Amino acid sequence: MTAPSQETGRGEVVLSARNVGKSYGQIQALKGVNFDIRRGQVTTLFGENGAGKSTLMKILSGVISPSSGEIVLDGQTLRFASAKEATARGISIIHQELSLAPNMSVRDNVFMGREITRGGAVDYAEEARQTRALMEELEEDIDPATPVEDLRLGQQQIVEIARALSVNSRILIMDEPTSALSASEVEVLFKVIRDLTARGVAIVYISHHLEEALTITDHAVVLRDGAMTASAPREEIDLDWIVRNMVGENFDLGSPPTGYEMGDAALSLRGLSVPSANGTRLAVEDLSLDLRAGEIVCIYGLMGAGRTELLECVAGRTAPQSGAIVFEGEDMRRLSIAERIARGLVLVPEDRQRDGLVQTMSVGQNLSLASIGAFTRGLFTSRRTERGLVDASIRDVTIKTDGGGAAIGSLSGGNQQKVVIGKMLATHPRVVLLDEPSRGIDIGAKAEVFRLLAERAKAGIGVIYSTSEVGECLSIAHRIVVMRRGRIAAEFGADVTKEEIMAASGEQVAA
Amino acid sequence: MSDQSTAPARKGLFSGGFDLGRLLLEGRAFFALIAIILFFSYQSPYYFTTGNLLIMSSHVAIFGLLALGMLLVILTGGIDLSVGSTLGLAGVVAGALMQGVEIQAMGLTLYPSVWVVVVLTLGLGALVGLVNGVLIAIFKVPAFVATLGLLYVARGIALLMTNGLTYNNLGGREELGNTGFAWLGFNRLWGVPIGVLVLAAVAILCSLVLTRTAFGRWVYSTGGNARAAELSGVPVKLTTIAVYMASGVCAAIAGLVLSSQLTSAGPTAGTTYELTAIAAVVIGGAALTGGRGNVRGTMLGAFVIGFLSDGLVIIGVSSYWQTVFTGAVIVLAVLLNSIQYGGRGSRAPRKASPPKAA
Repeated sequence: MTAPSQETGRGEVVLSARNVGKSYGQIQALKGVNFDIRRGQVTTLFGENGAGKSTLMKILSGVISPSSGEIVLDGQTLRFASAKEATARGISIIHQELSLAPNMSVRDNVFMGREITRGGAVDYAEEARQTRALMEELEEDIDPATPVEDLRLGQQQIVEIARALSVNSRILIMDEPTSALSASEVEVLFKVIRDLTARGVAIVYISHHLEEALTITDHAVVLRDGAMTASAPREEIDLDWIVRNMVGENFDLGSPPTGYEMGDAALSLRGLSVPSANGTRLAVEDLSLDLRAGEIVCIYGLMGAGRTELLECVAGRTAPQSGAIVFEGEDMRRLSIAERIARGLVLVPEDRQRDGLVQTMSVGQNLSLASIGAFTRGLFTSRRTERGLVDASIRDVTIKTDGGGAAIGSLSGGNQQKVVIGKMLATHPRVVLLDEPSRGIDIGAKAEVFRLLAERAKAGIGVIYSTSEVGECLSIAHRIVVMRRGRIAAEFGADVTKEEIMAASGEQVAA
Repeated sequence: MSDQSTAPARKGLFSGGFDLGRLLLEGRAFFALIAIILFFSYQSPYYFTTGNLLIMSSHVAIFGLLALGMLLVILTGGIDLSVGSTLGLAGVVAGALMQGVEIQAMGLTLYPSVWVVVVLTLGLGALVGLVNGVLIAIFKVPAFVATLGLLYVARGIALLMTNGLTYNNLGGREELGNTGFAWLGFNRLWGVPIGVLVLAAVAILCSLVLTRTAFGRWVYSTGGNARAAELSGVPVKLTTIAVYMASGVCAAIAGLVLSSQLTSAGPTAGTTYELTAIAAVVIGGAALTGGRGNVRGTMLGAFVIGFLSDGLVIIGVSSYWQTVFTGAVIVLAVLLNSIQYGGRGSRAPRKASPPKAA
């Protein structure tokens, strides 16, 4: 080819999309996208949720076929009949949503569908050996025989990555590979990516962590509303350029709301200890924390620091081993989740698909699910009151939907998240706990969520949100609490720097 | 609601426009029922007469009652295999009560009146459901296994109570004040068999509960996503126990209606009826994974099965072929279910147009 940099064929175009479009019914998910993937380079796709990134990746990896346009591999136009065919051509994908069988071991998952056989029987020893080697490469201490369901989300993601690596693909597509990884795990992944590109593998990378993605990018492509808005090599771009092209305007995640008096302590945790899911250790250890009405506290920590366990315990899903949870002067420990919601203590869970939404119900039924009592008159529910409540919620949290009757699946990720938040806000809470409210949603929706929380705080609601993105700590929070191995490692005011937070969390500041 | 629809219109279930394929798919149970009635009316002049329709409906009543209870259970994502046995046990217990309860210590025999028998029998059904529900909700026994166990236990108790024999005298005696058992299913009111009226009443009640009460919402959300429901304050365990109790009560009602219709109560009544009930629910469009389904569909499903098998009897098709036909209808229904729900994958929802920041 005519690419200027010809050393070991680096920079040579291996796969390109030519005018690729895809429509679902009347929705145009992609509108004639053109771009190239080069050998030995990391091509990063930026774009908000619903911009068409995942759709494009599914087309490139043969999971779905385009409605128009074509895919050119090594100068040859083709149409993949299936994902398997794409894999055979050396293209593999790490999906955003984990596609592991939780009941099977790490080893079995890595080699699922490609079992190594000897004399007709599966050679488990060889599979285990190779899995162990992959885990070593990823610097993760996971035994190949462990069932996947016993692993943390971050570790599961590592397994997913190991599976893609084990295929030895020429083109590796990574759709949000780091959304559940800690900073140190991300570092390792990036090292692996650099190794791969040095070997000539072409990487397509998608992430919502813009800064993080920038450190690994060689070439950036930005999508907006299903169309490509910009494309440039790393040297010519910066964060502002990406954000500008993604959303068309400058964005910040807000600042701590001011100009009002905070109330008394609304929620007090005293010496709280929570056992981990498998009961072998303490996920939260002797933790004390106070939250005042109208205050916003951010809990920062790596995966496994105990943030989720802490919030789920306070909300009532799990019982503490010891310690007290006092909400507006009342001991919460013996109360059920429903009773805590009724008193005004609510949780917006981390995983909206698994814990937040009922997929079989409409947007409206999801929004009203936590406040059924509010529209029940005697024995029966009142449709009119419910509709009023749903419409008010849709307006309040600015959900973009056809109305309360729309299917949950018709909403974008950010709007689905707003449904989960809106559902809990509809119960008129006094304290809202949000576990990673920004996980997997685009920057525009993120800013809206934070704006919403800041508004509520001004109205006197106490807010605790957890995050694994340092940038999100420095937005609306009055106070930043850093958790490390189940304990509070440090507490900062809003004037803290990113470096201080990361150092306190035990994270290595990226070199 | 329309003032909120600022997002671009999507091709949804309820969007305007006439789509014949979708209409046929959504209303498949209804169209199947029409087709069945038309076909058998053409085959036999007797089929489409008021008399026959009422007789067939009274057969449907039994399956329909079981199917309504089953629907509640299936909506929560469970299954209740014990309803056929519960039906049999309820009939036998009612039969035994009608024969009089001998209290040996006092040397006298009590003859409870029919309403007492009804209440006790329904209580028995609720008890079987309670055992099911507690096993499933509290002890986390898989619903399939727990209710399979109860299927055997209930049937065994029914056989033990009667030594395998059947109670033939359910009429009661005037002087004992326990007549009126025939009123539960055998007799007619305004020309309609009581069993059919009972079915209609229970169906309306179920429909109201599912669509208009908080409990109904709990049922749908428990089946749709139990974890999300629990975190939203829905009493998931209580809901689970309640639906199995409701299913047990429905089975007991069916047992009373059936023994009244037959004027006898045998311990083997209702064998394999649980499968017919499941079939009715599935034909009615409910998803076995929970969260989707309604009373209207389930009723149509029950009528499809009942009218089909009775029609085959009327035109003289052998009972072996009836079994084959029933099976084919069930498979077809499940096939259509997967077409209907398969397209809208729940794991990877379609992305709507991206939201613009407000």
